[in-house]
Amino acid sequence: MEFTRNNNRQLLSKVATNNRHGENTPYFEGWKAYDSNPFHPTQNPQGVIQMGLAENQLCFDLIEKWLLENPDASICTAEGIDRFRDIAIFQDYHGLKEFREGVAKLMGRVGGNRVKFDPNRIVMSGGATGANETVMFCLADPGDAFLVPSPYYAAFARDLRWRTGLEIVPVDCKSSNNFRITRAALEEAYEEAQRSNINVKGVIIANPSNPLGTVLDKETMRSLVSFINDKSIHLVCDEIYAATVFGSPRFISVAEIIQDMDCNRDLIHIVYSLSKDMGLPGFRVGIVYSFNDCVMNCARKMSSFGLVSSQTQFLLAAMLNDEEFVGNFLRESSKRLAKRHHVFTKGLERIGISTLKSNAGLFFWMDMRPLLKEQTVQAEIELWRVIINKVKLNVSPGSSFQCSEPGWFRVCFANMDDETVQVALERIREFVHQGKEEDGVSEKSKHWRKQNLRLSFSSSRLYNESLMSPHMISPHSPIPQSPLVRART
Amino acid sequence: MVAISKIATGNGHGENSPYFDGWKAYETNPFHPTDRPDGVIQMGLAENQLCFSFVKKWVIEHPEASLCSAQGVNKFKETALFQDYHGMPEFRQAVAKFMGKVRGDRVKFDPERVVMSGGATGAHEMVAFCLADPGEAFLVPTPYYPGFDRDLRWRTGVELVPVVCESSNDFKITRNALETAYEKAKEADLRVKGLLITNPSNPLGTILDRETLKGIVKFINEKNIHLIGDEIYAATVFMEPEFVSISEIIEEVECNRDLIHIVYSLSKDMGFPGFRVGIVYSYNDSVVSCARKMSSFGLVSSQTQHLIASMLSDNDFVDSFIVESKKQLFKRHKYFTWSLSRVGIGSLKSNAGLFIWMDLRKLLKEKTLEAEMDLWRVIINEVKLNVSPGSSFHCNEPGWFRVCFANMDDHTMEVALLRIRTFMLKHNEAMVPQKLCRRSSLKLSLSRRRDGFMSPSIMSPHTPLPQSPLVRART
Repeated sequence: MEFTRNNNRQLLSKVATNNRHGENTPYFEGWKAYDSNPFHPTQNPQGVIQMGLAENQLCFDLIEKWLLENPDASICTAEGIDRFRDIAIFQDYHGLKEFREGVAKLMGRVGGNRVKFDPNRIVMSGGATGANETVMFCLADPGDAFLVPSPYYAAFARDLRWRTGLEIVPVDCKSSNNFRITRAALEEAYEEAQRSNINVKGVIIANPSNPLGTVLDKETMRSLVSFINDKSIHLVCDEIYAATVFGSPRFISVAEIIQDMDCNRDLIHIVYSLSKDMGLPGFRVGIVYSFNDCVMNCARKMSSFGLVSSQTQFLLAAMLNDEEFVGNFLRESSKRLAKRHHVFTKGLERIGISTLKSNAGLFFWMDMRPLLKEQTVQAEIELWRVIINKVKLNVSPGSSFQCSEPGWFRVCFANMDDETVQVALERIREFVHQGKEEDGVSEKSKHWRKQNLRLSFSSSRLYNESLMSPHMISPHSPIPQSPLVRART
Repeated sequence: MVAISKIATGNGHGENSPYFDGWKAYETNPFHPTDRPDGVIQMGLAENQLCFSFVKKWVIEHPEASLCSAQGVNKFKETALFQDYHGMPEFRQAVAKFMGKVRGDRVKFDPERVVMSGGATGAHEMVAFCLADPGEAFLVPTPYYPGFDRDLRWRTGVELVPVVCESSNDFKITRNALETAYEKAKEADLRVKGLLITNPSNPLGTILDRETLKGIVKFINEKNIHLIGDEIYAATVFMEPEFVSISEIIEEVECNRDLIHIVYSLSKDMGFPGFRVGIVYSYNDSVVSCARKMSSFGLVSSQTQHLIASMLSDNDFVDSFIVESKKQLFKRHKYFTWSLSRVGIGSLKSNAGLFIWMDLRKLLKEKTLEAEMDLWRVIINEVKLNVSPGSSFHCNEPGWFRVCFANMDDHTMEVALLRIRTFMLKHNEAMVPQKLCRRSSLKLSLSRRRDGFMSPSIMSPHTPLPQSPLVRART
């Protein structure tokens, strides 16, 4: 009998052989550029600076200090070892009580203490990635759809659709009104879906927004809640950037909105995580908080597929129940994010580059539309290539977030130290000046148009929603460390 | 009631079954040596608690394995930020090494094929998502771990078709049984995509011999279906015969390696179920790649990867741990089975796992599922032991029970044995020679069916003293 390597298309599942994981996109080039030439202040000062990874690296000193002062938060220290066995065997999908209490307290605090979150509604998941997928498995059947206001987090395409079989119907938001989510846009998207026989089961939003860095105002929130109530469809609010709000207006959780609105609470679900607010993406702390008992119970059973390590639950329980630490951490984090945001946006302003006014998130939404040779995705991608290859910054083009308007870029600012910020700003300054000089009078520099860019993908694919930047679909990028930490092989 | 998904409203999670009664009994009245000495003793949980002092000693001696100690905190930031779904290289290397050591270093595992998942629970679901479409099926030899019904089917839509194994040949997986199941699937219009075996077996505690394994590999190659080997109990093999892994067999027979996948975990071998360390190890590159992408839904906490990487790359510790664990399991198993045999209770001969497959067929009033459930309720409510009835493992023969022995200390074990002893003595009209039994005027309420009668010496090969077959379990 001859055994040959069979064709995997017959051997494997459709899920395994389709592209809905979203990683086969041209955007990998940005990563390859960074990967093969990562910036290092002394060892590789000409390398590519990573600005495509939404990490919060500004407050580790606070956490490290706390750890050393609280050795009993670890099951591995002399002070904590007595708990080792109990914790190592703890696999109850309800989760450690103190962990749930700590998380509920944090969520309440982050929402300005205007809502109390019930620890018994806290359900674990494998990061926010797992949380979003779990919620979809609970709410919709294969073929059903969710409305998602664009621009949106690129990895939603994987998290919401890949193994669930669901579809995404984008709700296009425009820069003309600062990308607000309007009732009209929602209605239009909903009607269109109905006409195409697509069964819309809900709306999913990220508030604060990734990639915009803005928070939804009360009016928009109320309008959203009213919309989903009218249609009797679900509202999933991904609030994982809630504590990254660093200025006014304040963050308003959907939990607060429904407190003084007539709303069927069975339709309301929150996704949370510690990856952004606390800068702990490696710890895989995803939370599903649903006001619907059936969903809560179902999600809890599903959490078996992605529980938080009990070792990590134990550590975070101690940390989050230290109210003094949490209060201080949140204050400092906001302060440092505000400062960093200010340095960048002011710096860019001086160069003549504007950004969407924002007060949250670990990134800003940069407006490069004036620099496009034409208002097309193609032009945006060309500009993007220049930014990667010539300016040597790995930023994320708006098209990877399904932005309906070309020319916007998401730029992360909280994953580097102050020196690297200056280097990045300097490079942008140089680039813009060079363009101005070469072009003479006109601000719309044609410098990059003269570049010999080797483009190698078809433009028809650009509109395909499966195109996404890998570093967005995989917040677990191949190179997640700060450019300063990356060791060159 | 608003519309939610079919998955959410269905029973695919498997928790609406009568077996939860046992758990409820335990939860409302859990045994505690001093606080609740009359509570229910948990013998339904396959945990390995016998080596913690060993592990704890290592942990205290290696503060750098923790991100929270003075020696380890300088690694905190980079670890806390590390969310790469490839996993930490040191973690993968340590796990690959451990897997090799557990197999006596007869095979080498490639760290590049080690893919993380949310425990073995997540690993099984992930493999199902990679290999089969909704409506397709896997063959699974019975009796099998009840969690498979949820892990492999719930969110994936995949079906399970049992490969029925019989006690008459010690539940061996025969070619005949495999073919029968395969045909049955065909008749039901189910496309079989693979065969899932658990080796060492849960709930049997036995390992598959080389011939059986070769036969299985031959079978799946002929049918061109996948073979998934759940080897999460590999290091719990505490006596001869030696464990043989699928990874070894494929070195010995011709096989399409694209069909071979192993599911592993540290939950049983090391006793760390809380740490959620699930591993998918596939010889199929596409599956490795796909599973790795899917691992985003259930990565191992980097804090835990760091600890495990340290621990498992310490060769001395690992070698000693494996030996110590086997020793403790052997001791506990031997004592437990011997004690049971002294009161006339036999079990399937086993050399692995954290449990025994106890034979209580002779205690059934009739060979039915109902009788098994009746007996089970007695064991829970009167004997106050939470054991697991064979039917929950899809065993086709009533009367078998899985009893875990590695999740308690020696004292609790003694209490459990005492209760069993008491129960058996109460029901043992005992010490009566066989022929007298038939003439005695015992208040019997057993079935008159002749074929239900069996000589005690056949039913309990382990008993030094024949017990009366007329033991009747009351409700």
